[in-house]
Amino acid sequence: MAAVNRPIYLDNHATTPLDSRVLAAMRPWWEENFANPHSVEHALGRAAEEAVETARRHVAALIGAEAREIIFTSGATEANNLAIKGAARFAAAQGDARRRIITVCTEHKCVLESVRDLQAEGFEPVFLPVEPDGMLEAETLRQALAEAPTLLVSVMAVNNEIGVVQDLPALAALAKEAGALFHTDAAQAAGRVPLDVGAVPIDLMSLSAHKIYGPKGVGALYVRRRPRVRLMPLLSGGGQERGLRSGTLPAPLLVGFGEAARIAAAEGLLDAGRIAAQRDRLLAALSAAVPGLRVNGAAEHRVAGNLNITFPGGVSAQTMLARLQDLCVSTGSACSSAEVEPSYVLRAIGLPEAEAAATLRIGIGRFTSPADVDRAASLLTDAWRHALSETQDAAE
Amino acid sequence: MTPLYLDANATEPLRPAAREAVLAALDLLGNPSSVHAAGRAARQMLEQARRRIAERFGTSPQEVVFTSGATEANALALHSLGQRRRILAGATEHPAILRAVPGIVTVPVLPDGQVDVAALAAALAEGPPALVCLMAANNETGVLHPLEEIAPLCRKHDALLHVDAVQVAGRLPLDLAALGADSLALSAHKLGGPKGAGALLLRRGLDLSALFTGGGQERGRRGGTEALPAIAGFAAAVAELDLAEGQKLAALRDGIEEGARAIVVGAGAPRLPNTSCLLLPGAPAETQVIALDLAGVQVSAGAACSSGKVTASPVLQAMGLGADAGCAIRVSLPWNAPPDAAQRFLTAYAEMRRRLGC
Repeated sequence: MAAVNRPIYLDNHATTPLDSRVLAAMRPWWEENFANPHSVEHALGRAAEEAVETARRHVAALIGAEAREIIFTSGATEANNLAIKGAARFAAAQGDARRRIITVCTEHKCVLESVRDLQAEGFEPVFLPVEPDGMLEAETLRQALAEAPTLLVSVMAVNNEIGVVQDLPALAALAKEAGALFHTDAAQAAGRVPLDVGAVPIDLMSLSAHKIYGPKGVGALYVRRRPRVRLMPLLSGGGQERGLRSGTLPAPLLVGFGEAARIAAAEGLLDAGRIAAQRDRLLAALSAAVPGLRVNGAAEHRVAGNLNITFPGGVSAQTMLARLQDLCVSTGSACSSAEVEPSYVLRAIGLPEAEAAATLRIGIGRFTSPADVDRAASLLTDAWRHALSETQDAAE
Repeated sequence: MTPLYLDANATEPLRPAAREAVLAALDLLGNPSSVHAAGRAARQMLEQARRRIAERFGTSPQEVVFTSGATEANALALHSLGQRRRILAGATEHPAILRAVPGIVTVPVLPDGQVDVAALAAALAEGPPALVCLMAANNETGVLHPLEEIAPLCRKHDALLHVDAVQVAGRLPLDLAALGADSLALSAHKLGGPKGAGALLLRRGLDLSALFTGGGQERGRRGGTEALPAIAGFAAAVAELDLAEGQKLAALRDGIEEGARAIVVGAGAPRLPNTSCLLLPGAPAETQVIALDLAGVQVSAGAACSSGKVTASPVLQAMGLGADAGCAIRVSLPWNAPPDAAQRFLTAYAEMRRRLGC
């Protein structure tokens, strides 16, 4: 994938490159039929509507849902906002007395902020801690559920910084037992780990197209129908998406999302095996060259493409990045990557500030080649040695 | 024979320059919030789009908030600017306004479709400061509200003015500063850009709180990774806008209205150059639309949103058309309407009338 003049891209948590098959699927919808998929009065509109419904079936199939349980949104941030605020507001409007909303302190910012926003509306946000390996203990959730009647539990499937895979079957079952709704932000999980809303009692699940080699600008919220989960919409108007999300559907982008979901369902496991091999290759090379590096987050419950590495010797990740012009990696989530303060996820797993500031997130993806990781290992090693010498110079 | 597409107010055909920009952006792999080289390239494209749109519509780049479309832009304006204010909206506004938040008070329109300015003035005078929501041009009739009268009226009463400018952008001059509005909602796909992007443009210095929180994108006013391909296409379409297109379409529109021998809804008011709402008493709109579709002419019975239900148009009902509100079709010429569009439409329309006996 590293074409001439293109840096090596190892930041597949921030966004993934578009799969060429996704582009091919979208092309006719950019080049031939531009119709509004809601214009069912004419032939062009009906064709666009059919294409959108095919895409909906592909997205549904990726997570074991029915097509009519998929509500298209502009992305995972909107889906998370809609799930959390929509469920809370609907329940409150129905006179539900429960106010507790439980989430985890390592969630994506849009989940944390959606939950926090609800505090102003009289809800009681609870932010659960995680273990040093990034995992949420079932017992921690059980206690929080026992303390007060709980409306909603939101736990991400795969963390966007440290890649840990939460035990959704156990956590969702606990929420269910307590009568609470269970939402999961699966933006980082879809296509990478198996997700099945038929087997796990998940009520709401957020998805993003651009994290599965699809286009930016679309995502989805799975909303369970049996038993039916009710939401108050954030966007009302034309009444699209069963009244849960108004606005003209971007048919070409959704066709791309559908194709990306179809490929993910068919090839996700193959991808994961190949990606894990690249990850192991990178880690082996780095471990040999950088004695004392540490990988953050549970090793056994981890998405294949993620490495979150603290470099030894008191180096600064920013200094390393400044030397890594040909390699795209990051210090944390893209949304906040311009911020200088260290990642709250790393703080939540107990990293001291100096170690958090010496940490890089690496995200290997479908198009990462062995040559890419070899080159990345040597670039990272070089950047670390350089940063280390600067640290030592400063100390002398 | 290729179908004749006359449903531009539902969506405009994608402009070639917009298509190229979308495809170029799809090829760019970074997240605009990432600080590495790929992220910076994406950010550069995003900010260039923002500058282009700001410049075209009369505000500064930092006052352009990208959204997924106009429904979201309208909702964002109403939720945020409407806090602790009464919300007054024209009776013919798009449902994205009328249903955005509960408790909206509607202001009647006159029989020609323009808002009743005296009624608006009375409503503004009788209570605490309001947020006034009016569309620049109606999506069904093309009727323009007299915003040049309304903006000073809003200022006089300490009201904010939000303008849904979706249908007017690209078809008539539009400048937020010149208009004296506080915010404008825009949609990319209604001006020849791709679906999936829109924007809320703000008057300089106006505070806005987010509807989608988290991530801090768009200066904290709209969380979520920006839809770069759609936004790049949006800006490319904006750069292509040419008001001379409107004059060309006005000539075709006049030809349609002269030849149709139907009631032209809102004919007495200033209107968009591309839109005709043609009413035939006693002929259900749905029957007309189906007959024209079979003849290869694509028009609509009103707004495209409401999931295929063809019911009497609330817009026409608000204009006092009563039972006839279900008997009008919307003919809206796209930017690339062929020179024989009026003639082809009129041939199909005459044939339809002969068959329906109306």
